[in-house]
Amino acid sequence: MRPLEDYLVIDFSQFLSGPSASLRLADMGARVIKIERLGVGDICRTLYTSNLIMNGESSVFHAINRNKESFEVDLKNEYDCEMVRELLKKADVMIHNFRPGVMQRLGFDYQSVSAINPTIIYGEISGFGNEESEWKNKPGQDLLLQSVTGLTALTGNADSGPVAMGLSIVDMLTGAHLAQGLLASLYRRAINNQGAFVQVSMLESAYDFQFETITTFMNDGGELPKRSAKNNANAYLGAPYGIYQTKNGHLALAMGSIPVLGNLLGCVAISVYQDVAEAFDKRDEIKTILADHLLTETTEKWLSILEPADIWCADVLNWKQLLAHDGFKVLDMIQEVEMLDGYKYETTRCPIRIDGELLISSKGSPKLGQDNEKIIKEFNLKTIANA
Amino acid sequence: MNRPLEGVLVLEFCQFLAGPSAGLKLADLGARVIKIERPKTGDACRQLSIKNLFVDDDSLLFHTINRNKESYAADLKNADDLLKLKKLISKADIMVHNFRPGVMEKIGLDYPAVQAINPKIIYGMVTGYSNEGPWRNKPGQDLLVQSVSGLAFLSGSAVDGPVPFGLSVSDIMCGNHLAQGLMAALIKRAKTKKSVLVEVSLLESILDVQFEVLTTYLNDGGKLPERSTVKGSAHAYLSAPYGMYQTKNGYISLAMGDLNQICNIINCDISDLYTEADDAFGNRDQLILRLGETFKQQNTEYWLNLLEAEGIWCAAVLNYQEATNLDVYQHLKIEQTLNLPNGENIKTTVSPIRLNGEKLLSAKSAPALGINTASIDLEFELG
Repeated sequence: MRPLEDYLVIDFSQFLSGPSASLRLADMGARVIKIERLGVGDICRTLYTSNLIMNGESSVFHAINRNKESFEVDLKNEYDCEMVRELLKKADVMIHNFRPGVMQRLGFDYQSVSAINPTIIYGEISGFGNEESEWKNKPGQDLLLQSVTGLTALTGNADSGPVAMGLSIVDMLTGAHLAQGLLASLYRRAINNQGAFVQVSMLESAYDFQFETITTFMNDGGELPKRSAKNNANAYLGAPYGIYQTKNGHLALAMGSIPVLGNLLGCVAISVYQDVAEAFDKRDEIKTILADHLLTETTEKWLSILEPADIWCADVLNWKQLLAHDGFKVLDMIQEVEMLDGYKYETTRCPIRIDGELLISSKGSPKLGQDNEKIIKEFNLKTIANA
Repeated sequence: MNRPLEGVLVLEFCQFLAGPSAGLKLADLGARVIKIERPKTGDACRQLSIKNLFVDDDSLLFHTINRNKESYAADLKNADDLLKLKKLISKADIMVHNFRPGVMEKIGLDYPAVQAINPKIIYGMVTGYSNEGPWRNKPGQDLLVQSVSGLAFLSGSAVDGPVPFGLSVSDIMCGNHLAQGLMAALIKRAKTKKSVLVEVSLLESILDVQFEVLTTYLNDGGKLPERSTVKGSAHAYLSAPYGMYQTKNGYISLAMGDLNQICNIINCDISDLYTEADDAFGNRDQLILRLGETFKQQNTEYWLNLLEAEGIWCAAVLNYQEATNLDVYQHLKIEQTLNLPNGENIKTTVSPIRLNGEKLLSAKSAPALGINTASIDLEFELG
């Protein structure tokens, strides 16, 4: 039995943040129905990455929206709204990520929905919160959130300028935090039948992600992070922390004693940095020497010296190398899913295992409105809406 | 307000970041979290500092990750201590550990053994690379996990070589996933009244972070990501103008948008580079360079005024100093103050989740090692 079996989630959200939360709930066993705009649907359907179109839709949409159903409606049409309200009466969870004010106008804000379903767990995502502020209406887009929260000053080298993390990381964190708020509230509801209003914003999630570094900043007289000149992997850590080029590839080195490394690698020039504080204070010098030295041998050679000595190190793999590796294969991380029309594609699975079970599901993403008929019939929406 | 996890008792046998960050999330949601720590040394994170910042005997880093928790000191190799712990486990709802594979079996606190003590326990396990396969005994360290996962080929530009994310992203995401799994398990247990096992690993979590682009890779004939060769590009899979551009006095970022509209607004001629939609991807590098030439000529504020007025998705690139002075930063109350026993305060962030309109504040600072041992012995009659 999956933890969320028999739970119904009504998801109005688009793009990544909200839909990534409902994907997690779906994999945990919930039934997720996407409420999608008539004729258009989730805009993510046409948000292509590297121009790849799979069975008429973007690869990203397929990744985020598998294991869900689609109910296509016109929220400006009262008849359709009535059908959605009927669904919400039966729902355990509702999610949306519209801009502030939209749900009030449509009549699906928390107050209205909890009036028809007092124990619903209502999840809301915003970019910059719903409080009155000059940025309330700014678009909640991942790169913009990375840019305004200081995150782009952490990756890359000192002279790289701002460097974004090359994924929609803030969206994913916000989705993860929303899922946590929803799950905690579902638990409370299971115990005492209480509804809840859960709100997260991308801005707060971006800072939660940086809680270690921003706390350092707050308590360190406001000193800004300084990335190392070369091979930076964390602005706040000393040498050797970073990724280095070797004769035939790359080598990642985590924390480790500089003199010990010097001895093992036969790099006499760094062995002179005996004082622990120098690993941070003189990290640019040390990294420069180390980088030159590591170029002289292959990754395999360095690993064969460092691993037996329990030095924290690793090869640096691309996806092709990773997917061919037994360390990856043993995870069973890839699943094949199938859409209603028979189109099949491969994607990753939920990263959590419960009772030793992989939370896989063969259900692919839905075509826009593919489940309208079934849902209308099952929930008896036509008669209700006509009444 | 009653917090959703009120009454839930969590025992945290974890060190460093992944496990303890999950414990912090549960604590802010209302659970009581007790760290089980080795006498004398405790969580190794107590001594792991960044920039050598300490608060009393423990690093500021430890304080950041372990606020709102208690500490119980016990030696897992000491029979008396182990007996007490087993009593405590019999009263707990959740226990979590991040030992390497095999350690808990040796101690006798592996899942089957704990189920025998407490048939309703939720047992969480964090590993680096799962419990199987050739990597199972490798150190579960964030940079190393990033490095084997392919993540290092997504940021920066192609000429940089692999560029890791500058934060412990696999630890943090794994902590988030663990928290989700544990709460789902609480819901399951509310129905079944039986124990639940929850397992996560840093590697699976960092692969999940790449789920969109990995899905693209899996269905695109195994084409590896191609980062732009120029500075400022922000996503290997997205076309121009997506990226960050230097201005006369800083940087501006542009998300996805209509290139022709944007170039009209900023008065930049791209007619030779952009004749059809596919060019936004095909000529990405040249387009980013071309737009960069224009952005260099004026201040960030000048461009923001022009572009925002037309609804273009853009923002200034800010550092912590600038970001923490934003109106919205104050309004959302990102910061809270922790009260230390010595009367001093430290500032840190608040849980990002709001419940029924309220922030999940907590002024309780991180515990000194073993500070709650005696009171917990008494309260749970551990003897």
